[in-house]
This record gives sequence, C-alpha cells and structure tokens, in this order.
Amino acid sequence: MLPDLKEIGDKITQNNIWKSIFRHGYEDTPRNRMLQILGNVWLHIHPTTVTKGSINISFTWCLGGLTFFVFLFETLTGVLLMFYYTPDVNRAYADMLDLSNNAIPLGRLLRNTHRWAGHAMVITVCFHMLRVFLTGSYKAPRQFNWVLGVILLVLTLLLSFTGYLLPWDQLGYWAITVGTNMAGATPFAGYQGPFAELFGFTIDNDIRFGLLGGTSIQAPALLRAYVWHCIGLPAMAGGLMILHFWRIRKDGFSGRL
Amino acid sequence: MANPEATTLKPEPRQTQPGPEKIHTWPHLVAKEFLCALLFLVVILLYSYYVDAPLRELANPGEPENPAKAPWYFLGLQEELVYFDPWFAGVVLPSLIIIGLMFIPYIDFNHKGNGYYTFGERKFAVTTFSFGFLLWYVLIIMGVYCRGPFWAWFWPWEKWTLAFPTPPPLWSLPAPVGVLLLLAYFGLGTWLPARRWKDFYQQLGPVKYGVTMFLLLTMIGTILKMGLRLGFSIKYVLQTPWFNI
Repeated sequence: MLPDLKEIGDKITQNNIWKSIFRHGYEDTPRNRMLQILGNVWLHIHPTTVTKGSINISFTWCLGGLTFFVFLFETLTGVLLMFYYTPDVNRAYADMLDLSNNAIPLGRLLRNTHRWAGHAMVITVCFHMLRVFLTGSYKAPRQFNWVLGVILLVLTLLLSFTGYLLPWDQLGYWAITVGTNMAGATPFAGYQGPFAELFGFTIDNDIRFGLLGGTSIQAPALLRAYVWHCIGLPAMAGGLMILHFWRIRKDGFSGRL
Repeated sequence: MANPEATTLKPEPRQTQPGPEKIHTWPHLVAKEFLCALLFLVVILLYSYYVDAPLRELANPGEPENPAKAPWYFLGLQEELVYFDPWFAGVVLPSLIIIGLMFIPYIDFNHKGNGYYTFGERKFAVTTFSFGFLLWYVLIIMGVYCRGPFWAWFWPWEKWTLAFPTPPPLWSLPAPVGVLLLLAYFGLGTWLPARRWKDFYQQLGPVKYGVTMFLLLTMIGTILKMGLRLGFSIKYVLQTPWFNI
C-alpha cells in the first residue's frame, strides 16, 4: 500500500516546531513572485518581470550568467585553495603535490575544478562576447556596457594568466616567461622595445621589471602573481561586474520585443 | 503637512499599450539560471574527476621548456611572433584588438539588428567580427596543436623531432619599398572602398570611417604578412633602425 503523501506532509508541517521555523507557506501569486525577486538580496539584481523573448535559451545561451557563476565558483574554490597553498618558491610546488596526491582531503578535485573552471571562464566569456555581438546587443543605449565587458574580458584573461605561475612548475614558469617577455618589448616602456632609450628604460626599471619585481621570474614574481590573482584582479573584476550588471538593468535588456 | 495640491492631483491613467508579453522572473528566469549553474557544476565535477590538471616538474630557471608555450588563450599572439617582432605581436596588436573591440559600438552606425540574430541586416559587421573571432581561434589551434620544438611546424599526428629541415633564409624589403608598400596598402585600402561604397563612407563620416578601415586593414594586413612570410620568406616589410614591421 502506498503511503498517503498528503497525510505525511501534513504531519511534518502542521505542528508547532515547523510553524516556529516557517511562519507561513508560499502562495504562488503574482505579488509573491515579484516579492521573491524584490525581497531577496541575491535575486534582486533581476527585474521582477522580463519579456518572454529575452530569456530564451537560444537567445542568450546563459553565457553571461554562466560566466558570473564560474567566477563565484572560482572564488569559492580559490579561497579553499588559499588555505593549503603558500606563495613561496620553496613551498609552492610541494603544496601542489600535496593537493594532487590528495594528502589534503579532496585536494585533487579542488585543484582540478579550479583549474578547469578557470579555462571554462575564458571560453564562456569569449562566447558571451560573440553572442552579444551577433545579437547586436551592444547597440544604443548599451554601448558603454560593451566597453565594460571588454575590460572584464581582459581581466578574465589576466586572472587566468596570473594563476598560471602559481604551481611553480615548468609549464607555468616558462609560459609566464614567454608572456612577461612581451612586456619587455613594449614600445617606449619596455627595455627591449622600440624607443626604450628615449626615457632611459633598462632591464631593471622597465614595465616588465615592475610586473615581475625583478629582472627574472623569482620569489617576488610569484608573490606578485599571487596577490594580483587573489586580491587585485578579483577586486577589480568584482567591482566592474557590479557596474556591468547594474547597467543591464538601467539600459534595459536587449531581445526582440 | 501634506501638500494640499498633491492631494487634489488625480493619478494619470496608466499607459496600457499592448507591449511585449512579460513573464515573471521568478520562477521562469531563475529556474533557467539555476539549471544552467547545476549543469555546469555536473560537467566541471565530472571532467575534473577524470582529467587531472597539468603539473610538470618543479620550475627550473636553468632549463627552458622547448617549446615554451604561453597559456592557450595567448597562443594566437605567440603564433604572430613568427611573423612580427615582439613589440607588435605581443603589445601593439593585442592593444589594438582591445581598443578596436571597445570602439565597435561607437563606429557601428547601423541601427538595425539590435536585440536579435540577423545576418542580412548587418552583413559587414557580422562578417568582419566573425572572421576576426575565427582567426583568433585558428591561430590558437595552430599554436596549441601544430607547434613543436623551436616553434617548428608539426602536424598533430607527427612525432616531435629535432631533425626538421632548416627553414629557408629570410630577406627583407628595402626601406623605401617598404614605406611605399605600407602607404599604398593603407592609403588605397582606405580610399578605394570609400569610392566603391559611397553610402557606407557617407554614413560613417571621415573619422569613424578612418578608424574602421584602419582596424580592418590591420587585421587583414596581419594575415597578408603571414602569407608574405610563409610564401616568400619575407622577414620584414619595413626595416628601420628603430623598429621593423
């Protein structure tokens, strides 16, 4: 005999303990649907109603929201990783091994998800840009939000790039070597770039030196990458995301009306 | 005290025009966002369970990786290092890409195609952007899968060896020829389309048109330079004591 679900439900909800926790039930009315959005700190970035066309999956592919979600996911896994990782050239690699070998509970999964989600964020942000372009959503009055988006794209790449050095392995070390050598070729401001001598830039005072905190990638470079990766860039990206989302609300959703 | 005038004002009747159909964000949009997030979590957890993040040996400043590759999303730029000097491939080109992207909303005069997918109403914009997007990823794929030791070309199914043939010697165009060639390329490249597509030019005006064509010609020029290098072994189109292109 099947149990009477309604009776069980009533038994759970119709008693003093339940009622002391949940003051009343949820009634699915238009007013309540709006209040769900207005009264919830996490949801109130949404408008209470949207046009039907603007939330079709085949219109947005959820790419912007997904990028934001991956950012939150990276923040959470990143903070957990910060408990186990030391940005010190003598310890960083050993900490990575501890994570990979599960010397830290779930360490391998933690590191893998953080790494792959970082790559995923670069991909989702690129395709979000492609989607916004193809739907012409950057057109008036949303021009400036596109500019903010481009800056966020650059910050996403830099976030991933600064994370690349942290394992302190051969892969990251030489990838960052290649990348930061480019800064040394900056016209006027890099020691190997055209017109560097004009302002007296040499290997120990140019833009590359500023990025690395030295003439080659050593302990200061690892610490700089770490601080930029964990504090500087996420703070900048987070601040701009607030602006980006606020502008969506103020400028209005695109989507065929 | 309440303003007596305000109390006498009657609320205007609400404008009720037949607008687009509106639906409640809760639950329609929130549910979709939740499902997307959930799907992403499932995929990333499964992928991370089966595929380990790369970790090579301890960093050793005395032992360069060969090839030393930048993270994959920068490999398009690293691939351009074959054809251009670092100041261009690594600094000026990416800066132009970023600035060019930011310019897009301000140089696109076409009011059509705002908020829906269309090719017919914005042929030039969609073609140019999609081409650039594709180019970025083609270069990345070349860099990730087709470049081996000393950045030599290996097909993905080929084994990396050091016994690849010596590349042919490179040569550069004489400086006067280079100057003329670049002037002709950017000059004619800007002037001829303005004559051919007069409407396009007039709608944009000289400044926006100039910016658009400069960005477009730089993108096409990058590919042409790749062709000159691969097909004719030309190292520099323009050689000067200060910089080379």
